[in-house]
Amino acid sequence: MSSARTTQPSSQETTHTPVGLIGFAWALVGLPLAYGLFQTIKTASSLFG
Amino acid sequence: MAVPSFLARERITARPGFNRWLIPPAALAVHLCIGQVYATSVYKAALVTNFESNLKTIGYIFSLAIVMLGLSAALFGTWVDRNGPRAAMFVSAIFWSVGFLIGSLGIATDQLWLLYLGYGVIGGIGLGIGYISPVSTLIKWFPDRPGLATGMAIMGFGGGALIASPLSRQLMSWYDPNYVPSGAGANVASGDAVAKLFLTLGLVYLVFMLFGAFIIRVPAADWKPTGFDPASVKAKPMITTDSVSAANAIKTPQFWLLWVVLFCNVTAGIGILEQASGMIQDFFREGGTSTVAAATAAGFVGLLSLFNMGGRFVWSSTSDYVGRKGIYMVYLGLGLVLYLLLATVGNSATWLFVVLAALIISFYGGGFATAPAYLRDLFGTYQVGAIHGRLLTAWAAAGVAGPLIVNGILDSQGTVGSLVASDYRPALFIMVGVLAVGFVANLLIRPVASKFHEPKAAVDGFSTPTTPEASTVR
Repeated sequence: MSSARTTQPSSQETTHTPVGLIGFAWALVGLPLAYGLFQTIKTASSLFG
Repeated sequence: MAVPSFLARERITARPGFNRWLIPPAALAVHLCIGQVYATSVYKAALVTNFESNLKTIGYIFSLAIVMLGLSAALFGTWVDRNGPRAAMFVSAIFWSVGFLIGSLGIATDQLWLLYLGYGVIGGIGLGIGYISPVSTLIKWFPDRPGLATGMAIMGFGGGALIASPLSRQLMSWYDPNYVPSGAGANVASGDAVAKLFLTLGLVYLVFMLFGAFIIRVPAADWKPTGFDPASVKAKPMITTDSVSAANAIKTPQFWLLWVVLFCNVTAGIGILEQASGMIQDFFREGGTSTVAAATAAGFVGLLSLFNMGGRFVWSSTSDYVGRKGIYMVYLGLGLVLYLLLATVGNSATWLFVVLAALIISFYGGGFATAPAYLRDLFGTYQVGAIHGRLLTAWAAAGVAGPLIVNGILDSQGTVGSLVASDYRPALFIMVGVLAVGFVANLLIRPVASKFHEPKAAVDGFSTPTTPEASTVR
Protein backbone atom coordinates (compact mmCIF):
# COMPACT_ATOMS: atom_id res chain seq x y z
CA MET A 1 0.00 0.00 0.00
CA SER A 2 1.87 3.04 -1.22
CA SER A 3 1.57 6.32 0.58
CA ALA A 4 1.15 9.23 -1.78
CA ARG A 5 3.14 12.28 -0.82
CA THR A 6 2.33 15.80 -1.76
CA THR A 7 4.41 18.22 -3.76
CA GLN A 8 3.02 21.17 -1.76
CA PRO A 9 5.42 23.87 -0.69
CA SER A 10 7.13 23.17 2.63
CA SER A 11 5.50 26.23 4.21
CA GLN A 12 2.26 24.25 4.57
CA GLU A 13 1.90 22.09 7.67
CA THR A 14 2.29 18.40 6.92
CA THR A 15 0.14 15.60 8.28
CA HIS A 16 0.47 11.90 8.85
CA THR A 17 -2.49 9.59 8.28
CA PRO A 18 -2.51 6.99 11.07
CA VAL A 19 -2.18 3.47 9.71
CA GLY A 20 -4.78 2.41 12.29
CA LEU A 21 -7.35 4.77 10.80
CA ILE A 22 -6.70 3.42 7.31
CA GLY A 23 -7.00 -0.15 8.61
CA PHE A 24 -10.19 0.68 10.51
CA ALA A 25 -11.76 2.35 7.48
CA TRP A 26 -10.93 -0.60 5.22
CA ALA A 27 -12.21 -3.06 7.85
CA LEU A 28 -15.46 -1.11 8.20
CA VAL A 29 -16.23 -1.53 4.50
CA GLY A 30 -14.35 -4.80 3.98
CA LEU A 31 -16.04 -6.89 6.66
CA PRO A 32 -19.64 -6.30 5.49
CA LEU A 33 -18.48 -6.89 1.92
CA ALA A 34 -16.82 -10.15 2.95
CA TYR A 35 -20.07 -11.19 4.71
CA GLY A 36 -22.06 -10.40 1.56
CA LEU A 37 -19.59 -12.24 -0.66
CA PHE A 38 -19.65 -15.30 1.57
CA GLN A 39 -23.46 -15.42 1.64
CA THR A 40 -23.68 -14.93 -2.13
CA ILE A 41 -21.09 -17.62 -2.88
CA LYS A 42 -23.02 -19.94 -0.55
CA THR A 43 -26.19 -19.29 -2.58
CA ALA A 44 -24.36 -19.55 -5.91
CA SER A 45 -22.82 -22.88 -4.88
CA SER A 46 -26.25 -24.51 -5.40
CA LEU A 47 -25.60 -23.97 -9.11
CA PHE A 48 -22.78 -26.49 -8.98
CA GLY A 49 -24.30 -28.85 -6.43
CA MET B 1 -26.53 27.32 -2.47
CA ALA B 2 -23.94 27.74 0.31
CA VAL B 3 -23.19 24.85 2.64
CA PRO B 4 -22.21 25.00 6.35
CA SER B 5 -18.49 25.60 6.77
CA PHE B 6 -17.79 22.13 8.20
CA LEU B 7 -18.96 20.64 4.91
CA ALA B 8 -17.16 23.08 2.62
CA ARG B 9 -14.56 21.93 0.13
CA GLU B 10 -11.97 24.32 1.63
CA ARG B 11 -12.21 22.54 4.98
CA ILE B 12 -11.30 19.15 3.56
CA THR B 13 -8.28 19.95 1.40
CA ALA B 14 -5.64 17.41 2.41
CA ARG B 15 -2.41 18.63 3.88
CA PRO B 16 0.93 17.32 2.61
CA GLY B 17 1.55 13.75 3.73
CA PHE B 18 -2.09 12.64 3.67
CA ASN B 19 -2.42 9.00 2.59
CA ARG B 20 -4.71 8.68 -0.41
CA TRP B 21 -5.64 5.08 0.48
CA LEU B 22 -8.12 6.49 2.99
CA ILE B 23 -10.24 7.77 0.10
CA PRO B 24 -11.46 4.45 -1.45
CA PRO B 25 -13.05 3.24 1.83
CA ALA B 26 -14.74 6.65 2.18
CA ALA B 27 -16.22 6.19 -1.29
CA LEU B 28 -17.12 2.56 -0.57
CA ALA B 29 -18.89 3.57 2.65
CA VAL B 30 -21.35 5.50 0.48
CA HIS B 31 -21.63 3.14 -2.48
CA LEU B 32 -22.05 -0.01 -0.38
CA CYS B 33 -25.04 1.67 1.31
CA ILE B 34 -26.78 3.06 -1.74
CA GLY B 35 -26.21 -0.23 -3.61
CA GLN B 36 -29.04 -1.56 -1.42
CA VAL B 37 -31.38 -0.37 -4.14
CA TYR B 38 -30.65 -3.59 -6.06
CA ALA B 39 -31.80 -5.72 -3.11
CA THR B 40 -35.43 -4.64 -3.11
CA SER B 41 -36.58 -8.06 -4.34
CA VAL B 42 -35.91 -9.43 -0.83
CA TYR B 43 -38.97 -7.72 0.66
CA LYS B 44 -41.00 -7.11 -2.50
CA ALA B 45 -43.42 -9.98 -1.86
CA ALA B 46 -43.86 -8.90 1.76
CA LEU B 47 -44.81 -5.40 0.61
CA VAL B 48 -47.30 -6.83 -1.89
CA THR B 49 -48.96 -8.77 0.92
CA ASN B 50 -48.84 -5.90 3.39
CA PHE B 51 -50.42 -3.38 1.01
CA GLU B 52 -52.69 -6.01 -0.61
CA SER B 53 -51.24 -4.81 -3.89
CA ASN B 54 -49.38 -6.44 -6.82
CA LEU B 55 -45.80 -6.80 -7.99
CA LYS B 56 -46.18 -4.14 -10.67
CA THR B 57 -47.42 -1.48 -8.25
CA ILE B 58 -44.71 -2.28 -5.71
CA GLY B 59 -42.12 -2.49 -8.51
CA TYR B 60 -42.76 1.20 -9.31
CA ILE B 61 -40.99 2.10 -6.04
CA PHE B 62 -37.72 0.69 -7.39
CA SER B 63 -38.26 2.22 -10.84
CA LEU B 64 -39.00 5.60 -9.27
CA ALA B 65 -35.81 5.43 -7.21
CA ILE B 66 -33.72 4.67 -10.34
CA VAL B 67 -35.35 7.45 -12.34
CA MET B 68 -34.72 9.88 -9.45
CA LEU B 69 -31.12 8.64 -9.36
CA GLY B 70 -30.62 9.64 -12.99
CA LEU B 71 -32.44 12.95 -12.65
CA SER B 72 -30.78 14.05 -9.40
CA ALA B 73 -27.31 13.05 -10.64
CA ALA B 74 -27.90 15.18 -13.73
CA LEU B 75 -29.46 18.13 -11.85
CA PHE B 76 -27.13 18.25 -8.84
CA GLY B 77 -23.87 17.21 -10.53
CA THR B 78 -22.62 20.80 -10.79
CA TRP B 79 -23.60 21.45 -7.15
CA VAL B 80 -21.65 18.35 -6.13
CA ASP B 81 -18.55 19.50 -8.05
CA ARG B 82 -18.79 23.02 -6.60
CA ASN B 83 -19.26 22.06 -2.96
CA GLY B 84 -17.07 19.00 -2.81
CA PRO B 85 -17.52 15.39 -1.76
CA ARG B 86 -18.14 15.90 1.98
CA ALA B 87 -21.17 18.12 1.40
CA ALA B 88 -22.44 15.71 -1.27
CA MET B 89 -21.96 12.62 0.90
CA PHE B 90 -23.60 14.34 3.87
CA VAL B 91 -26.65 15.38 1.84
CA SER B 92 -26.82 11.94 0.24
CA ALA B 93 -26.71 10.26 3.66
CA ILE B 94 -29.53 12.45 4.97
CA PHE B 95 -31.74 11.87 1.91
CA TRP B 96 -31.06 8.13 1.71
CA SER B 97 -31.66 7.65 5.43
CA VAL B 98 -34.75 9.89 5.61
CA GLY B 99 -36.10 8.00 2.60
CA PHE B 100 -35.93 4.77 4.59
CA LEU B 101 -37.46 6.35 7.69
CA ILE B 102 -40.42 7.79 5.77
CA GLY B 103 -40.77 4.47 3.96
CA SER B 104 -40.82 2.70 7.32
CA LEU B 105 -43.60 5.01 8.50
CA GLY B 106 -45.52 4.31 5.30
CA ILE B 107 -45.30 0.54 5.79
CA ALA B 108 -46.19 0.76 9.48
CA THR B 109 -49.25 2.93 8.78
CA ASP B 110 -50.30 1.20 5.53
CA GLN B 111 -49.79 4.32 3.42
CA LEU B 112 -48.19 3.30 0.14
CA TRP B 113 -47.77 6.90 -1.03
CA LEU B 114 -45.34 7.47 1.83
CA LEU B 115 -43.21 4.62 0.50
CA TYR B 116 -43.21 6.17 -2.97
CA LEU B 117 -42.31 9.56 -1.53
CA GLY B 118 -39.79 8.28 0.99
CA TYR B 119 -37.84 5.48 -0.68
CA GLY B 120 -38.70 6.38 -4.29
CA VAL B 121 -38.35 10.17 -4.42
CA ILE B 122 -36.34 11.29 -1.37
CA GLY B 123 -34.21 8.14 -1.24
CA GLY B 124 -33.76 8.31 -5.02
CA ILE B 125 -32.30 11.82 -4.72
CA GLY B 126 -29.89 10.46 -2.11
CA LEU B 127 -28.97 7.71 -4.56
CA GLY B 128 -28.12 10.11 -7.38
CA ILE B 129 -26.07 12.51 -5.27
CA GLY B 130 -24.36 9.63 -3.45
CA TYR B 131 -23.48 7.80 -6.67
CA ILE B 132 -21.55 10.73 -8.16
CA SER B 133 -20.25 12.21 -4.88
CA PRO B 134 -16.86 10.44 -4.65
CA VAL B 135 -16.16 9.93 -8.35
CA SER B 136 -14.33 13.14 -9.28
CA THR B 137 -12.46 13.09 -5.95
CA LEU B 138 -11.20 9.56 -6.61
CA ILE B 139 -10.09 10.52 -10.12
CA LYS B 140 -8.13 13.46 -8.71
CA TRP B 141 -6.48 11.30 -6.02
CA PHE B 142 -5.59 8.58 -8.54
CA PRO B 143 -4.57 10.39 -11.74
CA ASP B 144 -2.22 7.47 -12.42
CA ARG B 145 -4.97 4.80 -12.10
CA PRO B 146 -8.42 6.42 -12.61
CA GLY B 147 -9.99 3.18 -13.81
CA LEU B 148 -8.88 1.33 -10.69
CA ALA B 149 -10.10 4.16 -8.44
CA THR B 150 -13.58 4.50 -9.91
CA GLY B 151 -13.79 0.73 -10.29
CA MET B 152 -13.31 0.34 -6.54
CA ALA B 153 -16.12 2.76 -5.70
CA ILE B 154 -18.60 1.63 -8.30
CA MET B 155 -17.84 -1.98 -7.41
CA GLY B 156 -19.28 -0.97 -4.04
CA PHE B 157 -22.58 -0.14 -5.67
CA GLY B 158 -22.73 -3.71 -6.98
CA GLY B 159 -21.58 -5.03 -3.61
CA GLY B 160 -24.28 -3.15 -1.71
CA ALA B 161 -26.94 -5.61 -2.81
CA LEU B 162 -24.72 -8.54 -1.88
CA ILE B 163 -24.68 -7.27 1.69
CA ALA B 164 -28.24 -5.96 1.89
CA SER B 165 -29.95 -9.13 0.59
CA PRO B 166 -28.75 -11.61 3.24
CA LEU B 167 -28.71 -8.94 5.94
CA SER B 168 -32.34 -8.02 5.22
CA ARG B 169 -33.40 -11.68 5.37
CA GLN B 170 -31.59 -12.06 8.69
CA LEU B 171 -33.11 -8.91 10.18
CA MET B 172 -36.63 -9.81 9.05
CA SER B 173 -36.18 -13.25 10.62
CA TRP B 174 -35.35 -11.56 13.91
CA TYR B 175 -38.27 -9.12 13.68
CA ASP B 176 -40.76 -11.79 12.56
CA PRO B 177 -40.10 -15.25 14.12
CA ASN B 178 -42.69 -16.80 11.75
CA TYR B 179 -40.79 -15.65 8.66
CA VAL B 180 -39.17 -18.48 6.65
CA PRO B 181 -36.99 -16.94 3.90
CA SER B 182 -36.36 -20.06 1.78
CA GLY B 183 -36.76 -23.80 1.47
CA ALA B 184 -39.79 -25.86 2.48
CA GLY B 185 -42.52 -23.71 4.03
CA ALA B 186 -41.05 -20.48 2.71
CA ASN B 187 -43.31 -17.48 3.33
CA VAL B 188 -43.17 -13.68 3.42
CA ALA B 189 -42.26 -11.47 6.36
CA SER B 190 -44.94 -9.39 8.07
CA GLY B 191 -45.35 -5.69 7.26
CA ASP B 192 -44.25 -4.88 10.79
CA ALA B 193 -40.95 -6.71 10.19
CA VAL B 194 -40.34 -4.83 6.93
CA ALA B 195 -41.11 -1.51 8.66
CA LYS B 196 -38.55 -2.32 11.34
CA LEU B 197 -36.09 -3.43 8.63
CA PHE B 198 -36.44 -0.04 6.91
CA LEU B 199 -35.94 1.74 10.23
CA THR B 200 -32.80 -0.28 10.98
CA LEU B 201 -31.32 0.13 7.50
CA GLY B 202 -32.03 3.86 7.55
CA LEU B 203 -30.11 4.34 10.79
CA VAL B 204 -27.23 1.98 9.94
CA TYR B 205 -26.75 3.55 6.50
CA LEU B 206 -26.76 7.03 8.05
CA VAL B 207 -23.85 6.13 10.34
CA PHE B 208 -21.86 4.43 7.57
CA MET B 209 -22.33 7.20 5.05
CA LEU B 210 -21.52 9.94 7.56
CA PHE B 211 -18.30 8.07 8.37
CA GLY B 212 -17.42 8.26 4.67
CA ALA B 213 -18.23 11.98 4.65
CA PHE B 214 -16.09 12.49 7.75
CA ILE B 215 -12.90 10.90 6.35
CA ILE B 216 -13.10 12.11 2.74
CA ARG B 217 -10.51 14.66 1.63
CA VAL B 218 -9.75 16.45 -1.64
CA PRO B 219 -6.18 16.81 -2.88
CA ALA B 220 -4.50 20.20 -3.06
CA ALA B 221 -4.56 21.77 -6.52
CA ASP B 222 -0.91 21.02 -7.26
CA TRP B 223 -0.78 17.59 -5.63
CA LYS B 224 0.38 14.54 -7.53
CA PRO B 225 1.26 11.00 -6.43
CA THR B 226 4.87 10.08 -5.84
CA GLY B 227 6.53 9.06 -9.07
CA PHE B 228 3.64 10.18 -11.26
CA ASP B 229 4.65 12.19 -14.28
CA PRO B 230 1.72 14.15 -15.75
CA ALA B 231 3.68 14.32 -19.01
CA SER B 232 3.03 10.61 -19.45
CA VAL B 233 -0.68 11.43 -19.73
CA LYS B 234 -0.01 13.92 -22.49
CA ALA B 235 1.62 11.18 -24.52
CA LYS B 236 -1.71 9.37 -24.96
CA PRO B 237 -3.87 10.80 -27.75
CA MET B 238 -7.27 9.90 -26.25
CA ILE B 239 -6.48 11.48 -22.87
CA THR B 240 -6.75 15.24 -22.57
CA THR B 241 -4.92 17.51 -20.17
CA ASP B 242 -7.37 20.31 -20.97
CA SER B 243 -10.65 21.02 -19.19
CA VAL B 244 -14.21 21.06 -20.46
CA SER B 245 -17.10 22.41 -18.36
CA ALA B 246 -20.26 20.40 -17.86
CA ALA B 247 -22.23 23.03 -19.80
CA ASN B 248 -19.90 22.66 -22.76
CA ALA B 249 -19.53 18.89 -22.50
CA ILE B 250 -23.17 18.29 -23.40
CA LYS B 251 -22.63 20.31 -26.58
CA THR B 252 -19.96 17.90 -27.81
CA PRO B 253 -20.63 14.84 -29.99
CA GLN B 254 -18.30 12.89 -27.69
CA PHE B 255 -20.68 13.23 -24.74
CA TRP B 256 -23.66 11.99 -26.74
CA LEU B 257 -21.70 9.17 -28.35
CA LEU B 258 -20.68 8.04 -24.89
CA TRP B 259 -24.30 8.44 -23.76
CA VAL B 260 -25.31 6.04 -26.56
CA VAL B 261 -22.48 3.65 -25.59
CA LEU B 262 -23.60 3.54 -21.94
CA PHE B 263 -27.27 3.32 -22.90
CA CYS B 264 -26.61 0.33 -25.21
CA ASN B 265 -24.37 -1.47 -22.73
CA VAL B 266 -26.84 -1.05 -19.86
CA THR B 267 -29.90 -1.92 -21.98
CA ALA B 268 -28.30 -5.20 -23.05
CA GLY B 269 -27.18 -6.10 -19.53
CA ILE B 270 -30.51 -5.31 -17.91
CA GLY B 271 -32.14 -7.58 -20.46
CA ILE B 272 -30.48 -10.56 -18.75
CA LEU B 273 -30.40 -9.26 -15.18
CA GLU B 274 -34.14 -8.60 -15.08
CA GLN B 275 -35.00 -12.10 -16.25
CA ALA B 276 -32.09 -14.08 -14.80
CA SER B 277 -33.97 -16.49 -12.56
CA GLY B 278 -36.76 -17.32 -15.01
CA MET B 279 -34.47 -17.25 -18.02
CA ILE B 280 -32.20 -20.11 -16.95
CA GLN B 281 -35.24 -22.25 -16.13
CA ASP B 282 -36.92 -21.44 -19.45
CA PHE B 283 -33.75 -22.16 -21.47
CA PHE B 284 -33.71 -25.72 -20.15
CA ARG B 285 -37.40 -26.54 -20.24
CA GLU B 286 -38.37 -29.86 -21.74
CA GLY B 287 -41.94 -31.04 -22.05
CA GLY B 288 -43.21 -28.24 -19.84
CA THR B 289 -40.78 -28.99 -17.00
CA SER B 290 -37.49 -27.20 -16.43
CA THR B 291 -34.41 -29.26 -15.64
CA VAL B 292 -33.13 -26.30 -13.58
CA ALA B 293 -34.59 -26.17 -10.06
CA ALA B 294 -35.67 -22.90 -8.42
CA ALA B 295 -32.81 -23.17 -5.90
CA THR B 296 -30.30 -23.55 -8.75
CA ALA B 297 -31.83 -20.54 -10.48
CA ALA B 298 -31.31 -18.55 -7.26
CA GLY B 299 -27.67 -19.67 -7.32
CA PHE B 300 -27.42 -18.38 -10.88
CA VAL B 301 -28.73 -14.97 -9.79
CA GLY B 302 -26.12 -14.94 -7.01
CA LEU B 303 -23.37 -15.79 -9.47
CA LEU B 304 -24.45 -12.97 -11.76
CA SER B 305 -24.28 -10.55 -8.80
CA LEU B 306 -20.69 -11.63 -8.20
CA PHE B 307 -19.73 -11.12 -11.85
CA ASN B 308 -21.58 -7.80 -11.94
CA MET B 309 -19.53 -6.61 -8.97
CA GLY B 310 -16.25 -8.22 -10.02
CA GLY B 311 -16.54 -6.86 -13.57
CA ARG B 312 -16.74 -3.35 -12.20
CA PHE B 313 -13.38 -3.65 -10.54
CA VAL B 314 -11.52 -5.97 -12.91
CA TRP B 315 -12.51 -4.45 -16.26
CA SER B 316 -12.29 -0.84 -15.07
CA SER B 317 -8.79 -1.49 -13.69
CA THR B 318 -7.84 -3.19 -16.96
CA SER B 319 -8.93 -0.07 -18.84
CA ASP B 320 -5.98 1.79 -17.28
CA TYR B 321 -3.74 -0.40 -19.45
CA VAL B 322 -5.74 -1.05 -22.64
CA GLY B 323 -7.45 2.34 -22.79
CA ARG B 324 -11.07 3.29 -22.33
CA LYS B 325 -12.00 3.04 -26.00
CA GLY B 326 -10.38 -0.38 -26.22
CA ILE B 327 -12.16 -1.79 -23.21
CA TYR B 328 -15.57 -0.59 -24.48
CA MET B 329 -14.82 -2.32 -27.78
CA VAL B 330 -14.50 -5.49 -25.71
CA TYR B 331 -17.70 -4.81 -23.71
CA LEU B 332 -19.72 -4.12 -26.84
CA GLY B 333 -17.94 -6.18 -29.54
CA LEU B 334 -17.23 -9.32 -27.55
CA GLY B 335 -20.52 -8.78 -25.70
CA LEU B 336 -22.30 -8.85 -29.06
CA VAL B 337 -20.66 -12.17 -29.94
CA LEU B 338 -21.53 -13.62 -26.52
CA TYR B 339 -25.15 -12.52 -26.89
CA LEU B 340 -25.25 -14.16 -30.32
CA LEU B 341 -23.88 -17.40 -28.85
CA LEU B 342 -26.40 -17.20 -26.00
CA ALA B 343 -29.25 -16.89 -28.48
CA THR B 344 -28.10 -19.68 -30.76
CA VAL B 345 -26.28 -22.31 -28.68
CA GLY B 346 -26.98 -21.12 -25.13
CA ASN B 347 -29.49 -23.90 -24.51
CA SER B 348 -27.07 -26.71 -25.44
CA ALA B 349 -25.51 -26.95 -21.97
CA THR B 350 -26.18 -25.32 -18.60
CA TRP B 351 -22.49 -24.56 -18.02
CA LEU B 352 -22.24 -22.78 -21.37
CA PHE B 353 -25.33 -20.70 -20.60
CA VAL B 354 -23.91 -19.75 -17.20
CA VAL B 355 -20.47 -18.81 -18.58
CA LEU B 356 -21.93 -16.68 -21.39
CA ALA B 357 -24.39 -14.87 -19.11
CA ALA B 358 -21.76 -14.28 -16.40
CA LEU B 359 -19.33 -12.72 -18.90
CA ILE B 360 -22.08 -10.51 -20.36
CA ILE B 361 -22.99 -9.27 -16.88
CA SER B 362 -19.34 -8.61 -16.03
CA PHE B 363 -19.21 -6.34 -19.10
CA TYR B 364 -22.42 -4.64 -17.93
CA GLY B 365 -20.79 -3.83 -14.59
CA GLY B 366 -17.54 -2.86 -16.27
CA GLY B 367 -19.37 -0.38 -18.48
CA PHE B 368 -20.67 1.47 -15.42
CA ALA B 369 -17.34 1.58 -13.66
CA THR B 370 -15.26 2.65 -16.67
CA ALA B 371 -17.55 5.53 -17.69
CA PRO B 372 -16.14 8.12 -15.22
CA ALA B 373 -12.56 7.40 -16.32
CA TYR B 374 -13.62 7.70 -19.98
CA LEU B 375 -15.17 11.09 -19.15
CA ARG B 376 -11.94 12.12 -17.40
CA ASP B 377 -9.96 11.15 -20.50
CA LEU B 378 -12.22 13.16 -22.81
CA PHE B 379 -13.16 16.19 -20.71
CA GLY B 380 -10.50 16.42 -17.97
CA THR B 381 -11.04 16.41 -14.22
CA TYR B 382 -12.43 19.97 -14.02
CA GLN B 383 -16.17 19.14 -13.78
CA VAL B 384 -16.06 15.40 -14.33
CA GLY B 385 -18.55 14.76 -11.51
CA ALA B 386 -21.16 17.03 -13.07
CA ILE B 387 -20.59 15.54 -16.52
CA HIS B 388 -20.89 12.05 -15.04
CA GLY B 389 -24.18 13.05 -13.45
CA ARG B 390 -25.55 14.12 -16.82
CA LEU B 391 -24.32 10.89 -18.44
CA LEU B 392 -26.26 8.82 -15.92
CA THR B 393 -29.51 9.84 -17.61
CA ALA B 394 -28.51 7.09 -20.07
CA TRP B 395 -28.84 4.62 -17.20
CA ALA B 396 -32.32 5.88 -16.33
CA ALA B 397 -33.36 5.61 -19.99
CA ALA B 398 -31.87 2.12 -20.33
CA GLY B 399 -33.59 1.07 -17.12
CA VAL B 400 -36.88 1.71 -18.91
CA ALA B 401 -35.88 0.49 -22.41
CA GLY B 402 -34.19 -2.80 -21.42
CA PRO B 403 -37.08 -4.37 -19.52
CA LEU B 404 -39.57 -2.89 -22.02
CA ILE B 405 -37.87 -4.70 -24.92
CA VAL B 406 -37.44 -8.03 -23.14
CA ASN B 407 -40.82 -8.09 -21.37
CA GLY B 408 -42.61 -6.93 -24.52
CA ILE B 409 -41.09 -9.74 -26.60
CA LEU B 410 -41.67 -12.41 -23.95
CA ASP B 411 -45.28 -11.35 -23.41
CA SER B 412 -45.87 -11.85 -27.14
CA GLN B 413 -44.25 -15.31 -27.09
CA GLY B 414 -46.21 -16.98 -24.31
CA THR B 415 -46.98 -17.03 -20.63
CA VAL B 416 -44.66 -17.29 -17.64
CA GLY B 417 -43.84 -20.92 -16.92
CA SER B 418 -44.32 -22.07 -20.48
CA LEU B 419 -41.53 -20.14 -22.24
CA VAL B 420 -38.60 -21.94 -23.86
CA ALA B 421 -35.19 -20.85 -25.21
CA SER B 422 -36.48 -20.01 -28.69
CA ASP B 423 -38.97 -17.52 -27.19
CA TYR B 424 -36.02 -15.44 -25.98
CA ARG B 425 -34.28 -15.32 -29.36
CA PRO B 426 -36.06 -12.23 -30.79
CA ALA B 427 -35.19 -10.24 -27.64
CA LEU B 428 -31.60 -11.48 -27.65
CA PHE B 429 -31.17 -10.63 -31.34
CA ILE B 430 -32.48 -7.13 -30.65
CA MET B 431 -29.85 -6.82 -27.93
CA VAL B 432 -27.19 -7.89 -30.46
CA GLY B 433 -28.37 -4.98 -32.64
CA VAL B 434 -28.33 -2.61 -29.65
CA LEU B 435 -24.75 -3.62 -28.85
CA ALA B 436 -23.76 -3.13 -32.49
CA VAL B 437 -25.07 0.45 -32.33
CA GLY B 438 -23.06 1.02 -29.15
CA PHE B 439 -19.95 -0.48 -30.77
CA VAL B 440 -20.16 1.93 -33.72
CA ALA B 441 -20.81 4.89 -31.38
CA ASN B 442 -17.67 3.99 -29.42
CA LEU B 443 -15.62 3.73 -32.62
CA LEU B 444 -16.70 7.26 -33.56
CA ILE B 445 -15.40 8.83 -30.33
CA ARG B 446 -12.47 11.18 -30.96
CA PRO B 447 -10.71 13.76 -28.74
CA VAL B 448 -12.84 16.83 -27.93
CA ALA B 449 -12.25 19.87 -30.16
CA SER B 450 -10.19 22.65 -28.57
CA LYS B 451 -13.02 25.20 -28.95
CA PHE B 452 -14.75 23.48 -26.03
CA HIS B 453 -11.73 23.75 -23.71
CA GLU B 454 -11.84 26.14 -20.74
CA PRO B 455 -9.24 28.90 -20.44
CA LYS B 456 -6.47 27.80 -18.09
CA ALA B 457 -7.08 30.84 -15.86
CA ALA B 458 -10.71 29.85 -15.27
CA VAL B 459 -9.72 26.35 -14.22
CA ASP B 460 -6.72 27.05 -11.96
CA GLY B 461 -7.81 27.46 -8.38
CA PHE B 462 -11.50 26.97 -9.03
CA SER B 463 -13.54 23.82 -9.16
CA THR B 464 -16.20 25.49 -11.24
CA PRO B 465 -16.26 28.60 -13.39
CA THR B 466 -17.23 31.74 -11.52
CA THR B 467 -18.58 33.60 -14.48
CA PRO B 468 -21.11 32.54 -17.07
CA GLU B 469 -18.57 33.35 -19.79
CA ALA B 470 -16.23 30.72 -18.45
CA SER B 471 -18.73 27.97 -19.01
CA THR B 472 -19.64 28.77 -22.58
CA VAL B 473 -17.74 28.00 -25.73
CA ARG B 474 -15.25 30.68 -26.52
